Amino acid sequence: MSDYNFAYLDEATKRMLRRAILKAVAIPGYQVPFSRREMPMPYGWGTGGVQVTAACLVPEDTLKVIDQGADDTTNAVSIRKFFARVAGIATTEATAEATIIQTRHRIPETPLTEGQILVFQVPIPEPLRFLEPRETETRTMHALEDYGLIQVRLYEDTARHGEIARAYAYPVRVEGRYIMDPSPIPKFDNPKLHNAPALQLFGAGRECRIYALPPFTRVESLDFEDYPFTASKAAGQTCAICGAEDSYLDEVIIDDAGGRMFVCSDTDYCATRCAAQAEDAA
Amino acid sequence: MYVAVKGGARAIENAHRWLADARRGDRDLPDLDVAQIREQLALAVDRVMAEGSLYDPDLAALALKQARGDAIEAVFLIRTFRTTLPRFGASLPIRTDAMQITRRISATYKDVPGGQVLGPTFDYTHRLLDFTLSDAKPVPAAAEAAAPAGPVPHILSHLGAEGLIQPEPAEPADVPDLTRAPLAVPAARPLRLQALTRGDEGFLLSLAYSTQRGYGRNHAFVGELRIGYVRVAAYLPKLGFEIEFADILVTECESVNQFQGSRTQPAQFTRGYGLVFGQSERQAISMALVDRALRARELGEETGTASAQDEEFVLSHCDNIQSSGFLEHIKLPHYVDFQAELELIRKPRRDAYAGQEAAE
Amino acid sequence: MHLTAAFQTPPLDSARAFRQVLDSMARPGRIVTLDRVAAPAPCSPAAAAAVLTLVDGTSPLHLAGAHAGASIQDWLRFHLSADLVERHMAAFALGTWEALGPLSHYPQGGAEYPDRSATLIVECAELRAERARLAGPGIETEAWLSLPDVAALQENAARFPRGLDLIFTCGAQLAALPRSTQIGGR
Repeated sequence: MSDYNFAYLDEATKRMLRRAILKAVAIPGYQVPFSRREMPMPYGWGTGGVQVTAACLVPEDTLKVIDQGADDTTNAVSIRKFFARVAGIATTEATAEATIIQTRHRIPETPLTEGQILVFQVPIPEPLRFLEPRETETRTMHALEDYGLIQVRLYEDTARHGEIARAYAYPVRVEGRYIMDPSPIPKFDNPKLHNAPALQLFGAGRECRIYALPPFTRVESLDFEDYPFTASKAAGQTCAICGAEDSYLDEVIIDDAGGRMFVCSDTDYCATRCAAQAEDAA
Repeated sequence: MYVAVKGGARAIENAHRWLADARRGDRDLPDLDVAQIREQLALAVDRVMAEGSLYDPDLAALALKQARGDAIEAVFLIRTFRTTLPRFGASLPIRTDAMQITRRISATYKDVPGGQVLGPTFDYTHRLLDFTLSDAKPVPAAAEAAAPAGPVPHILSHLGAEGLIQPEPAEPADVPDLTRAPLAVPAARPLRLQALTRGDEGFLLSLAYSTQRGYGRNHAFVGELRIGYVRVAAYLPKLGFEIEFADILVTECESVNQFQGSRTQPAQFTRGYGLVFGQSERQAISMALVDRALRARELGEETGTASAQDEEFVLSHCDNIQSSGFLEHIKLPHYVDFQAELELIRKPRRDAYAGQEAAE
Repeated sequence: MHLTAAFQTPPLDSARAFRQVLDSMARPGRIVTLDRVAAPAPCSPAAAAAVLTLVDGTSPLHLAGAHAGASIQDWLRFHLSADLVERHMAAFALGTWEALGPLSHYPQGGAEYPDRSATLIVECAELRAERARLAGPGIETEAWLSLPDVAALQENAARFPRGLDLIFTCGAQLAALPRSTQIGGR
């Protein structure tokens, strides 16, 4: 433990965050404004996720932090270390062992379970922001359920590109009501949002928004009858390390001649598969 | 075989050690004393206090030392510290008309009651490098005059007495707190001023400059700029009396701007207001100009093209801790998204080539 | 003045209490146990824990009926500096279903800010997984909860995304009903 209050934030701040989180859970997909605090890491580096995690943590939790699917990327290491220091909680790299998982840009491949909370770091929480920079305008669109503009824009994509040209942060509709930004996860991960047994919380610190998907919530990726949503990834590739065919793959350039290989972005998934293969071989 | 990059933790620790080493610099030179920074880099300290929203010259000096002189990094350190401090309440409004003046000028009158006081200003210095500063030569003390006795009324109050300048409303009973409630627009003027006083100096300067060049032109005179110490007091409800607990240095600027009048109001001067911690007059004047620009809608002036008049734009982008954090976050790995983009680009190209080959 | 204790170690106890409340709000109908704190009668331990975890001077509280007694007021003021208000100003309200009165008297949130609505903490004589069938977000197939007034709560759910969120307490038991839950009959 440390000289700081449990999980760093003072109790008044945690109460404020907790109230916002409950409202977010009660209105799935709606972005609840909250009065974020300056955190000891920069805006844009996960302050929203860190505040949500801090508000939810209990001493018995086991925390996993990933960035790009990996436990050992520098910012994931930094955030994990922060919580180990200010909350004295256990940490893990194993998805199955974690009770809270804070993530940037991925949903783990291993299916999440009922006891788990997945906390997303969100840079721009507003799914309509790429169409309309003004908060005053987008707030009205959500209030009136006036989503014609985004439908038109996405359909224009299909005319120009033959598909909806969104590879990540692919917008979803929650319970047929709010359109929501799932954070910049690749659209490959979108189906995992739907009917998930785990509670999914989203924290955008700089933009002061918290939103949520309760467990077993209907989450549909926006699409059109003639252009249905597809959860794509690197075509025709398998992981060069574990051989997985079902996981999201990172492309790695391995030499100056442009040689490349594909490996699992989820490092725990890859390592777990390799360990199982080694055991089978022995 | 390639193994995904490991050792993030060790890399971070090594980077921190290197940073500490680089911060200290040449060990043959004496370590910089925090008090030296506070006294001799006072304007840097003032900027950190203003944008850090915390009046503590010693901490601001320490932050500058830790940040290797990077003002925004120092502001960040102060903000993060500030947010952990307990709150006992709000002070009573400070009385800038009771300021112990160290500098006070008006551009609108040749002379004013209480006098023009140039104070410690760069204004009329010739910007020639003073090579003698390289040697630690003693600096003679400046001559001191007695401070004016009693309050020094604001110069614009003379315009007010004539009804020529729009009066400001009495203070609202319930002042919003930018640091405790999420920003919502449209924002009341007290909230806008709170955002501006801690806003990035460079951003406000550019916006203010843009209004001078015609983007939301509202020709401004510096009605008064005053710098000096004011007393801070608070009312303690549990004890039933006021206590005075600090003297702080602030810079205040009131601009005088034209206003054409409207169907309901006769032509009148209007005011832009700037108030910042420390001696930060570039910030105070910029703040006054931007404050006035943001009042365009309320005053029924033409709006639409000027960024400085756009409340949501200004308030969403003036904070340098938010903007620098988000700007710099693109240094973080984004390879998962980039991979998704690669696929998005490759697929139509594959399809196009396949189509070409089929045609051939 | 005698005041019963609040949490023994506030940061840890309130964290644990919040996780229970969060779990109940995320899984409507799930009954959780909160027994770490005693409040003056007639406030139940579960309601006391919820109030201590969520309410402070920045979230106005309405006390209804017997819950507006002097001992509860003193306890709340001492531990939370709570701002006690009338129904239409409340972010939280505490009392029995009858004492709380019509749901329409509380802030419902607006179309642009539906989150600016009250959360009611309803003290119940019993709390069981029966009577009213619940479905919607947080519920895999169906859940059941002994709701006090199905028609009024159905009306509340029909206002989604506006509307109230409810926390039901009975002794050390607590369950929640967010506005997003669809309520069937018996």
